[in-house]
Amino acid sequence: MKVLVPVKRVIDYNVKVRVKADGSGVDLANVKMSMNPFDEIAVEEAIRLKEAGKAEEVIVVSIGVKQAQETLRTALAMGADRAILVVAADDVHQDIEPLAVAKILKGVIDAEAPGLVIAGKQAIDNDMNATGQMLSALMGWSQATFASELDIDGDAAVVTREVDGGLQTIKVKLPAIVTADLRLNEPRYASLPNIMKAKKKPLEEKAAADYGVDVSPRLEIVKTTEPAARQAGEMVGSVDDLVAKLKEKGLV
Amino acid sequence: MAVLLLAEVTDGALALDATAKAVTAAAALGDVTALCVGSSAAEAGAEAAKIDGVARVLVAEDASLGHRLAEPTAALIVSLAGDYSHIVAPATTDAKNIMPRVAALLDVMVLSDVSGVVDGDTFERPVYAGNAIQTVKSKDAQKVITFRTSTFDAAGTGGSAAVETLSVGASEGLSEWVEDKVAASDRPELTSAKIVVSGGRGVGSEDDFKIIEALADKLGAAVGASRAAVDSGFAPNDWQVGQTGKVVAPDLYIAVGISGAIQHLAGMKDSKVIVAINKDEEAPIFQVADFGLVADLFQAVPELTGKL
Ligand SMILES: Cc1cc2nc3c(=O)[nH]c(=O)nc-3n(C[C@H](O)[C@H](O)[C@H](O)COP(=O)(O)OP(=O)(O)OC[C@H]3O[C@@H](n4cnc5c(N)ncnc54)[C@H](O)[C@@H]3O)c2cc1C
Ligand SMILES: Nc1ncnc2c1ncn2[C@@H]1O[C@H](COP(=O)(O)O)[C@@H](O)[C@H]1O
Repeated sequence: MKVLVPVKRVIDYNVKVRVKADGSGVDLANVKMSMNPFDEIAVEEAIRLKEAGKAEEVIVVSIGVKQAQETLRTALAMGADRAILVVAADDVHQDIEPLAVAKILKGVIDAEAPGLVIAGKQAIDNDMNATGQMLSALMGWSQATFASELDIDGDAAVVTREVDGGLQTIKVKLPAIVTADLRLNEPRYASLPNIMKAKKKPLEEKAAADYGVDVSPRLEIVKTTEPAARQAGEMVGSVDDLVAKLKEKGLV
Repeated sequence: MAVLLLAEVTDGALALDATAKAVTAAAALGDVTALCVGSSAAEAGAEAAKIDGVARVLVAEDASLGHRLAEPTAALIVSLAGDYSHIVAPATTDAKNIMPRVAALLDVMVLSDVSGVVDGDTFERPVYAGNAIQTVKSKDAQKVITFRTSTFDAAGTGGSAAVETLSVGASEGLSEWVEDKVAASDRPELTSAKIVVSGGRGVGSEDDFKIIEALADKLGAAVGASRAAVDSGFAPNDWQVGQTGKVVAPDLYIAVGISGAIQHLAGMKDSKVIVAINKDEEAPIFQVADFGLVADLFQAVPELTGKL
């Protein structure tokens, strides 16, 4: 079985995001970019399936600007076998929407025929939480989102999902789309020798047009603004002071 | 314009707070039809009919719809979609699982976690862990939306909408429910509680989390946690507050032993009053706190519980 893992290049989760003064978006020029943290977890899970003999090949795909090849190299250094870069934008500020991403991924699936796709649950830039579900719909496959445990059991996957009430376990027919939540695993770091080796692993470059997908956005971004700022309040000296303040406010 | 709203139904019961908050958001868009789905959903339908602003209720009951599996629920919604300009739901994990699937089947984009309605096409939503707010205008003919419940007030319950029962077609059986692990609790629900007490890595262990729970119980509060506390096994996953956990905006949020990473702030910075208890005076949580107390939590929290 081949496992396909879509990985997105996003602003690093440690970077403090700055909204541009003219409301046109956030500033991505010269900021640190990394693999979406959920996608690292997805890559790790796919590699573990391969190490456990349950998958033969791990293919990583990224859709966006040319620089996303760095993200793919990171995934290859972690242990993925080969990579596909679909160049669909020439400016880092142009984010490809989940619907278009899902359509391109469908094209990749049609060509590669993986038995399982593991995506991240959410991209930490657009916070959309949609691509896996959309891809599953386009394929007519089953879906298991927000996974914290994944087991392959013959022609099915047993997945424990993090849901509002706690945990839910479902069994989905393969091929399926799984999306990774935070507690699925702890991703490994790529070792230096593996980073060197990754440079020689195959990375194929494609364009959105190769899949016949129109990536023009359905959601026009009218403006981007800063959220209402919160002022730091006061420091209290003791528990008694705190209790007094809360009583004053009628909160307790 | 007509709005189809997927009501939040869990094991046959309506989650009134989440549903009523989404109704408030949806009512700005048109007449609201609430859809209650489950292996049993009639009781939930009767409850939903009472929410002010709900014009009509549809009840769909079938064993295949029992655990809100995405595939049959999305298929059902798509079969009804033709009559509606907007298809919406509260942004719960169930709806986040289902609604993007609905959107893709309709060939439209989904608008996730919408926090403001500008007009029928234009919406506000937080991005980058709430560090920016985007106003987006949808060019799609139909809009599929999940509403961030923490920013809308719950609609009242004095209504009496008509309830209709739908007949449901056979399901494809792509997935199968195995089990739920849900801890019953007498505490208020995290996303609707007036007070939330959250603990972080600083609490140190599952056992020590009891001091957080004791404070919460004294206040009649819900208990929350940071990701680090959940990852370390101090607290269950459904207590996680943040960018990728639950988003809360209670009257009072008490953060104990939590440093205040942006991913945590994303889930609680709209709380009316924030209290932080942390032994590190440099902790970023103090920058958003209305009242900060630099103290060892093992001393301060039991003292606070005792003095309330
Ligand atoms: C993709 C992604 C998604 C994430 N999503 C979330 C999310 O949804 N929610 C979330 O919370 N985090 C999330 N995080 C994690 C986040 O970045 C932080 O790592 C996490 O919030 C830290 O938790 P913490 O504050 O409990 O731990 P720490 O940062 O370790 O802070 C512990 C605090 O406890 C204090 N402390 C220690 N001992 C005591 C004591 N005895 N008395 C008083 N204070 C004490 C310390 O001074 C410190 O400030 C996410 C991260 C990523 C990458
Ligand atoms: N441009 C992209 N390239 C590759 N994978 C993507 C892209 N956008 C989204 N994904 C995948 O879809 C997941 C969810 O993203 P989103 O729906 O945008 O929150 C991510 O964690 C990735 O696995």
